[in-house]
Amino acid sequence: MKIAIASGKGGTGKTTLATSLARVAASDGRAVAYLDCDVEEPNGHLFLKPEILREEPIHKLIPVVNPARCTHCGLCSQACRFGAIACVGEQTLIFSELCHSCGGCLLVCPEEAIREVAKPIGRLRIGTAGPLQFVEGVLNVGEAMSPPAIHAVKTAAPAAELTILDCPPGTSCPVIEGVRGCDLLLLVTEPTPFGLHDLKLAVEMARALRLKFGVVVNRADSGDRQVWDFCRRQRITILAEIPDDRAVAEAYSRGELAAEAVPHVAERIGGLLEAIRPGAHV
Amino acid sequence: MKVAITAQGSNLDSPVDPRFGRARYFLLCDTETGQFSAHDNVQNLNAPQGAGIQAAQAIVKIGAEAVLTGNVGPKAFATLQAGNVAVHVGAAGTVRQALEEFRAGRVPPVTKANVEGHWS
Repeated sequence: MKIAIASGKGGTGKTTLATSLARVAASDGRAVAYLDCDVEEPNGHLFLKPEILREEPIHKLIPVVNPARCTHCGLCSQACRFGAIACVGEQTLIFSELCHSCGGCLLVCPEEAIREVAKPIGRLRIGTAGPLQFVEGVLNVGEAMSPPAIHAVKTAAPAAELTILDCPPGTSCPVIEGVRGCDLLLLVTEPTPFGLHDLKLAVEMARALRLKFGVVVNRADSGDRQVWDFCRRQRITILAEIPDDRAVAEAYSRGELAAEAVPHVAERIGGLLEAIRPGAHV
Repeated sequence: MKVAITAQGSNLDSPVDPRFGRARYFLLCDTETGQFSAHDNVQNLNAPQGAGIQAAQAIVKIGAEAVLTGNVGPKAFATLQAGNVAVHVGAAGTVRQALEEFRAGRVPPVTKANVEGHWS
């Protein structure tokens, strides 16, 4: 079972939930893999403290034009949805930072003048954290496009009974790459106008992708009740509520897992695992 | 000489559009004959990315030998350079006024982009 954890809003507790969920599930004897898909700022490792066993480069494919074959017909430039290719006079220019590696230019080139080369954009770090399998992607600083790195993390994932995907915030391409193909999406929110606003966006995203999803309300006894009202009106299941507790923030600041440091959080995480066990109705 | 001027409207009295890639129109003017034509840039105006590159390609395609605009970023500059189009920046006022300044030689060509990408 693949469970993706996203939120819309940043700072709602995705990593806190994802790392605790992974650890609690593994302590039940299940084979669990934790994937840090937040490749621009992966920090699940701060809490899980994995032993990294190997590192691999992550590449993205970018087109290169063979000037001896290119007739400057301009078909590749017309085909590129990302405006990354310009055919001017006797030159075909490729701006690789805009390229989404779709391969469209190769398909349309009648002269077979384009080939793809691998450009390094980051690295994979693969290891174990106790019984947990651990994979994280780290995008190079200055690299604009994270989806290929997120894809690499998912591809490198070891087989497991339960796979936890810690996704980036937002609702655009990186998150979509992260949550795509999951069996269940957990949307972490907080009961504030900000949390609710971005939860609505995340719900729209989940529905557009036709993903099964539920909500986890973090810091549940703070803020207001609008998140509950929204979920009731929209018939969205709230799968867990994690109370606001200074002890969680203190554990976080020390790099400790919330579920290990704060017993009532462990209890809530256990309840959440029960609520989402295979076959349970979400 | 054919010079393309970025404009907010389609005639000579329109204000110069200081943006290159996301200019509303390109007015292609022949400095010898005084003839001009307006070229819509709405496709690049709304592009999510790469507007400067694609606008530069369009400029080359319509046969301009020079561009007169407010600012040009690095990718647009590289594309214009590859197409042998001279780049003149700092234009302001109406297209007519900018063209007069240009004709008088008061807007010299630049040898590199004068702004970063996505400056506005």
